[in-house]
Amino acid sequence: MEAIILQVLNGLDKGSAYALIALGLTLIFGTLGVVNFAHGALFMMGAFVAVTVKRLLGTSYEVVDETRTDFLGNPMTIDTPYVVSWFGESVGNAMVDWAVPLSVLIAIPIMAVIGVAIERGLIKHFYKRPHADQILVTFGLAIVLQEIIKAFYGANPIPTPAPSAFTGSFDIGQLFGFDPFAIMYPYWRLVYFGFSAIIIAAVFAFLQFTTFGMVVRAGMADRETVGLLGIDIDRRFVIVFAIAAVVAGLAGVMYTPILSPNYHMGMDFLVLSFVVVVVGGMGSLGGAVLAGFLLGILQSFASMSAIIELVPGINQVIIYLVAVIVLLTRPRGLLGRKGVMED
Amino acid sequence: MLGLNGKDTRLFLIVVALVVFAPFILNPFPDGVGMAQFNAGYPDLMQKLVIFGIFAVGYNILFGLTGYLSFGHAAFLGVGSYAGVWMMKLLTMNVIPALIVSVIVAGLFSLLIGFVSLRRTGIYFSILTLAFAQMCYSLAYSVLTPVTGGETGLTLSLNDPRVIGATQAADGNIPAPHLFGLEMGSSFELALAGWNFTFNVGYYLCGFVMLVAFYLSVRLFRSPFGLMLRAIKSNQTRMSYTGLNPRPYALAAFVISGMYAGLAGGLMVAMDPLAGAERMLWTASGEVVLMTILGGAGTLIGPILGAGVIAYLESIISTIGSTVLHNWFAGLPEWLENTLVNIIYPFVGSGWHLTLGLVFMLVVIFLPGGIVEGGKRISGLFGRKTEGDTTVTGEAADTTTATKPGE
Repeated sequence: MEAIILQVLNGLDKGSAYALIALGLTLIFGTLGVVNFAHGALFMMGAFVAVTVKRLLGTSYEVVDETRTDFLGNPMTIDTPYVVSWFGESVGNAMVDWAVPLSVLIAIPIMAVIGVAIERGLIKHFYKRPHADQILVTFGLAIVLQEIIKAFYGANPIPTPAPSAFTGSFDIGQLFGFDPFAIMYPYWRLVYFGFSAIIIAAVFAFLQFTTFGMVVRAGMADRETVGLLGIDIDRRFVIVFAIAAVVAGLAGVMYTPILSPNYHMGMDFLVLSFVVVVVGGMGSLGGAVLAGFLLGILQSFASMSAIIELVPGINQVIIYLVAVIVLLTRPRGLLGRKGVMED
Repeated sequence: MLGLNGKDTRLFLIVVALVVFAPFILNPFPDGVGMAQFNAGYPDLMQKLVIFGIFAVGYNILFGLTGYLSFGHAAFLGVGSYAGVWMMKLLTMNVIPALIVSVIVAGLFSLLIGFVSLRRTGIYFSILTLAFAQMCYSLAYSVLTPVTGGETGLTLSLNDPRVIGATQAADGNIPAPHLFGLEMGSSFELALAGWNFTFNVGYYLCGFVMLVAFYLSVRLFRSPFGLMLRAIKSNQTRMSYTGLNPRPYALAAFVISGMYAGLAGGLMVAMDPLAGAERMLWTASGEVVLMTILGGAGTLIGPILGAGVIAYLESIISTIGSTVLHNWFAGLPEWLENTLVNIIYPFVGSGWHLTLGLVFMLVVIFLPGGIVEGGKRISGLFGRKTEGDTTVTGEAADTTTATKPGE
């Protein structure tokens, strides 16, 4: 029993990340009809907003090894990532160590601007083009974004710790009457889960209770009719894209303490979140969230040593396996509607 | 000639000439000159150019002709590589069995994956192939380590059985891959007034294989079967209304392109007997998509051009470091030199992927027909104006189908 609860909890943080990215993907896909391969890059950029904020404010207790120089002991040359040469290697002691949570506030406008820029600058011209072209151009965009990040921040992962108040673990087991230390859970993962739950709830509330959201939902159900009703689709598209970008970015910001940001994290998560979208059903927001948590939890179960001994390698392929089975038995995904993208 | 019409024969002869004279064409600058940086006439790179050419030509049969965007073709390349290395470990260092087995194994493998994936079309197909490829990558990386060598990759060793042929060479090393005694690595150097031209056995083998592969693809493009594939791309529903089942044709195209990928993988290990799992990563699949698109999907010569350009840029641009840049602009005032270097530096060297991504985006946005269409537009600018629309035949017709995929 403890083991099962532990695995469910372990799956929550990954599942939250998948759910948040897949939520944005589905939102974009359902309303705009665009397959956005750059969505993982948005997640990554959110994470790097947190990195930058931490650097700018110097607000962390993390101590960088100040003896770090190149092998001759010289200062860094042109191959140094720009951020290091601008702000220096040292991070030092913090005035406030709430850099990661603070970045959320800063990331919202930044990601919104990025989202608007991408939509206006690029995606706008691809609504009428075939899905293959959309995949290709956003794939190109993803490469460009990740290379820009690599040029500025270097190729190595940049540890970005959570506030010291959230380090350590929390004994969930005792809360429910299990043995002490049976189910320990890092605080930040709880925070991440709670944060994602809030974001997801906010997005759903926005879609459910605002006029704008109603139009968006109508657009997801039947795009042509909404357009024929004389609604200014263009402006809404921008806003939907910006919302999706913000959601992905915030997922990235808060994920930094769990996984040190690196330039290819976007691509890593992108493939998985596409699988999540497909499993959940393309164009279904609830499906994306459900499938995200489901696959995250399944993955953590498959990583249990007992199961790996039983079926070697299952932890590596479980998600893809589920995707293949779902696609072949129920092509529209768990909660998908019939006829979406089945051209 | 060879069952090709006049236009295709001309194209084929051009490709033959390009392949045969590549050691000259790719070495335009004498050694020691600053521009020698851009020379590509060394065996490793030339082999790479034609091998990726084969890969892209095969991919084009699926994507360009049939319209299925697969994001998992690197898996077949990887499987072909592993099969090739295993043949070299078990049987002989002769490359012929390795190549044959690579093609067969990749073909069977793609039959399996294609059979499942082709139940879906559009984005679902892309995601399915992507999922399969990632699955293969993960398995090759971890569980299948006894077969694939895991993280370190699959290499030859001195303990390999090698039933036919020697386990060890005379000098006690692992024998080199060869073609009936002709070693792949051996080359003939021709020094001509400052130029050094290298004629490499491995390159010419790859070149020959590529010509055969290219010829087959031209025949396939012009065959009734090729017409069926075009029909699938333009409108599957309409095709099934005429009483034709598109599935077997699509599956055949998938398997053929998988076999091309396996052949490319086999050639890779024939040139350098080492296979690693990272060859199967999905970004590697993305690369072949880039090549096909850049050259011009659905055209005959496009994929070869695209593969050539990308493989060339990868090898040349990625070697331009800051010192090279500083040398280039050494004549300028120092502030200008530094500014220029700082502007250009992020796009070259280790940042060459940025250039690649930008070029790719620009091509998808402004030139969906790729290099081939670009060439046509340019020649259209200089050619006679009246000719423009009236002579849309053969190749031009391909490009039009490529620019507006049927959805």
